[in-house]
Amino acid sequence: MRTFAATLILSAVPLVGFAQTMPSPVPDNEVFSREEIGHALAPPTPEAGKTMPSVANAPEDDGQWTMPSKNYASTRFSSLNEITPANVKNLKTDFTFSLAVNKGQEAAPIVADNTMYVVTAYPNYVYALDLTKPGAPLKWSFAPGPAPASQGEACCDVVNRGGSVSNGKYIFNTLDGQTIALDVKTGKAIWRTQLANINKGETMTMAPTVAKGRVYVGNSGGEMGVRGWIVALDENTGKLLWRAYSTGPDADVLIGSEFKPHYPTEQGKDLGVSTWPPQAWKIGGGSVWGWVTYDQELDSMYYGTGNPGPWNADQRPGDNKWTAGIFARDPATGAARWHYSISPHDEHDYDGINEQILLDMPFAGKMQKVLIHMDRDGYVYVIERTTGTVLSADPFGPVNSSKGVDLATGRLIRNPAKETKLGQTVTNICPTASGSKDWNPSSFSPNTGFLYIPHENMCMDWMNMQVNYIAGTPYVGAQLHMKPGPGGHRGELTAWDPVQRRPAWTIKENFPVWSGSMVTGGDVVFYGTMDGWFKAVNAKTGDLLWKAKVDSGIISQPISYKGPDGHQYIAVLSGVGGWSGAVVSGPVDPRDGTAALGMVNTMSDLPKYTTAGGTLYVFSLPH
Amino acid sequence: MCSRFLTEVAALAATAVLLSACNKGGHAPAAEVADQSQPAVIDTALTPGLGYSLTTTDPRAAAYYDNPEAVNTGKRLFNQYNCSGCHSNGGGGMGPDLMDSTWIYGGRLEQIHQTLVEGRPNGMPAWGGKIPDQQLWQIAAYVRSLSLPETLSAETGNTPSQSPAPVPKSVDQDAGWSPPGEVTSDYTSTTKAPP
Repeated sequence: MRTFAATLILSAVPLVGFAQTMPSPVPDNEVFSREEIGHALAPPTPEAGKTMPSVANAPEDDGQWTMPSKNYASTRFSSLNEITPANVKNLKTDFTFSLAVNKGQEAAPIVADNTMYVVTAYPNYVYALDLTKPGAPLKWSFAPGPAPASQGEACCDVVNRGGSVSNGKYIFNTLDGQTIALDVKTGKAIWRTQLANINKGETMTMAPTVAKGRVYVGNSGGEMGVRGWIVALDENTGKLLWRAYSTGPDADVLIGSEFKPHYPTEQGKDLGVSTWPPQAWKIGGGSVWGWVTYDQELDSMYYGTGNPGPWNADQRPGDNKWTAGIFARDPATGAARWHYSISPHDEHDYDGINEQILLDMPFAGKMQKVLIHMDRDGYVYVIERTTGTVLSADPFGPVNSSKGVDLATGRLIRNPAKETKLGQTVTNICPTASGSKDWNPSSFSPNTGFLYIPHENMCMDWMNMQVNYIAGTPYVGAQLHMKPGPGGHRGELTAWDPVQRRPAWTIKENFPVWSGSMVTGGDVVFYGTMDGWFKAVNAKTGDLLWKAKVDSGIISQPISYKGPDGHQYIAVLSGVGGWSGAVVSGPVDPRDGTAALGMVNTMSDLPKYTTAGGTLYVFSLPH
Repeated sequence: MCSRFLTEVAALAATAVLLSACNKGGHAPAAEVADQSQPAVIDTALTPGLGYSLTTTDPRAAAYYDNPEAVNTGKRLFNQYNCSGCHSNGGGGMGPDLMDSTWIYGGRLEQIHQTLVEGRPNGMPAWGGKIPDQQLWQIAAYVRSLSLPETLSAETGNTPSQSPAPVPKSVDQDAGWSPPGEVTSDYTSTTKAPP
């Protein structure tokens, strides 16, 4: 048998042996410094007050974790403080649970009434685990049975970003475009509403936001020529209350008399039509696949829109509204209140869908109600959220695709040298298409005043190609090769001081950090890496305190909760995948650098570090 | 392990064939009649036993072997019909990669053509009746070429398959699967005893 085994090992070598050599990092001098391109309307005034979420948006912590963002402020801050920098090294695995799905797991576990709920990547199984019993046995599971063909419509792995518990229901989306509410007691569907149409390239991967009796969900498919939308559903019936498109006439975008955008470039009739070539808005993208933030304090809501389609910007001259921007809307009617175009006429796939963190922050000598948004284009946007005015925009990663944000007009100043071109490869564009940071959410600690930004350090070469629209197929028109950013490491966790507009500390990671971050009252930050380490670092200093190896890379959202025994627990899903991990979880060959939209060029070594998996891990201190 | 896996696949296929035979309730299967108006069913070679194969062939495939123009035209069409959007330059992404020897629905030129015509359940659209059949054959020829050593070795950079080699008829002579040499017909043992 020994001879036989040796033969097999030899024959298995090509599985990883033919991976490409890693492309060279972009040289340091190809990007701008933070000082060169960071701007603010006024200098820092930290003495004006302490940066905090409002009580309305971040009420006193009850030890549960009922929505992926923890609270409406989206701080992902657990006030639990049993685990501290001094004792975190003693963390032990309390229990694990196999998800039975080996695709990218991006969801946050949800804890309510001593039950934990987890939704997996396609086929979107839901599990309810009883935390009151040893080993947290399964209470029920639910298999929604999404259409298998939806797998072929999902651009970047078949992920799901989680569900929410509200009023006795667990509410989540399926890849084939259903929103489903399950009875938390029985696991039976109370309602299911079909919203997306996979035949047009629409899928759903985002986590619903539930607030004031309404469920907010949107579509994915910015690489398939979809027309982006967000809808509000009645929480009790699943009935459609309103739908707002991201492109097209004002009537479809729900732009009316309430619309008061701050910048003149956002004002005018039917800009969702006139900023496109004829009819192009109908297949123009702007999908709503990221985070929808409800503002309990101001009874408002905010969300970002995705990239315009196709990626080949030569095919869509104009500002391409309302893609790659942030909308504020009336949560009851959907009526738009303001919009800010982050990347007008986006040329680099910089979706605007990343999270919004709602804080009260000192600026220009007084406390202001802000929304902080870490965008794909590389900037931390601090936006006064009643008007949509940008107060400051500073790069948190390497940037050369733009030269800053003009705060008089709000407009991104594009760098002509890095504009994409038809049939010509433009090299060393930073950040890469997946951005300085993708969907994976940051956290904020009121103790330190820092944002903990999990992000990337990657750049790209890009060539535009003419593309035809064929319904249900990719509508991209670009060939990409990604590469590491300056320094050669591909990821970072940055503790960002939004008041001083600078990093407090930065941790370099070999792979892009594709997990969310979570911070606790004990001043410990948790995050995971794509090579399968779950890490705890000091929230004040960034010092590594503890790490545990799990079965597969981590791209999910860690949480913390108080168990029935009163102790603090930490939970996270392993299971590498997503856009960056498709080279492991997907049917992808590392020899083709253009595979997975050019991501494989910079991730071809990942199969040497991890395999596909999918497991829930729960940790606690010995007790 | 490799041999064992393949053997188990063969055993499963054998079971499936037996089961489907049982489902016919003892009636003798109707004699197969070649009907040129109907698309032929392209079987794989997974058969019970080792001595023969059920493989059928599609005579229309012949014109696209050893045909440099077919693969070059197919490459152009592969981009124009957005195949590259899912399958990249053979490395995959939304859809499977096409440059290794793993084929879910069969890797012979005629099987690839059939997949293009019919679509496949996990997201592959059905192009039959939407793209002229000759073009589907040309695309199939290009796809068949992606995993040829000649095609792979023609590129040294990170964008493979830019110089597709024509598909030699010989590469599809193998009916799709044949038992590894060390395997016996006794499925309880997968290899010869080591010397």
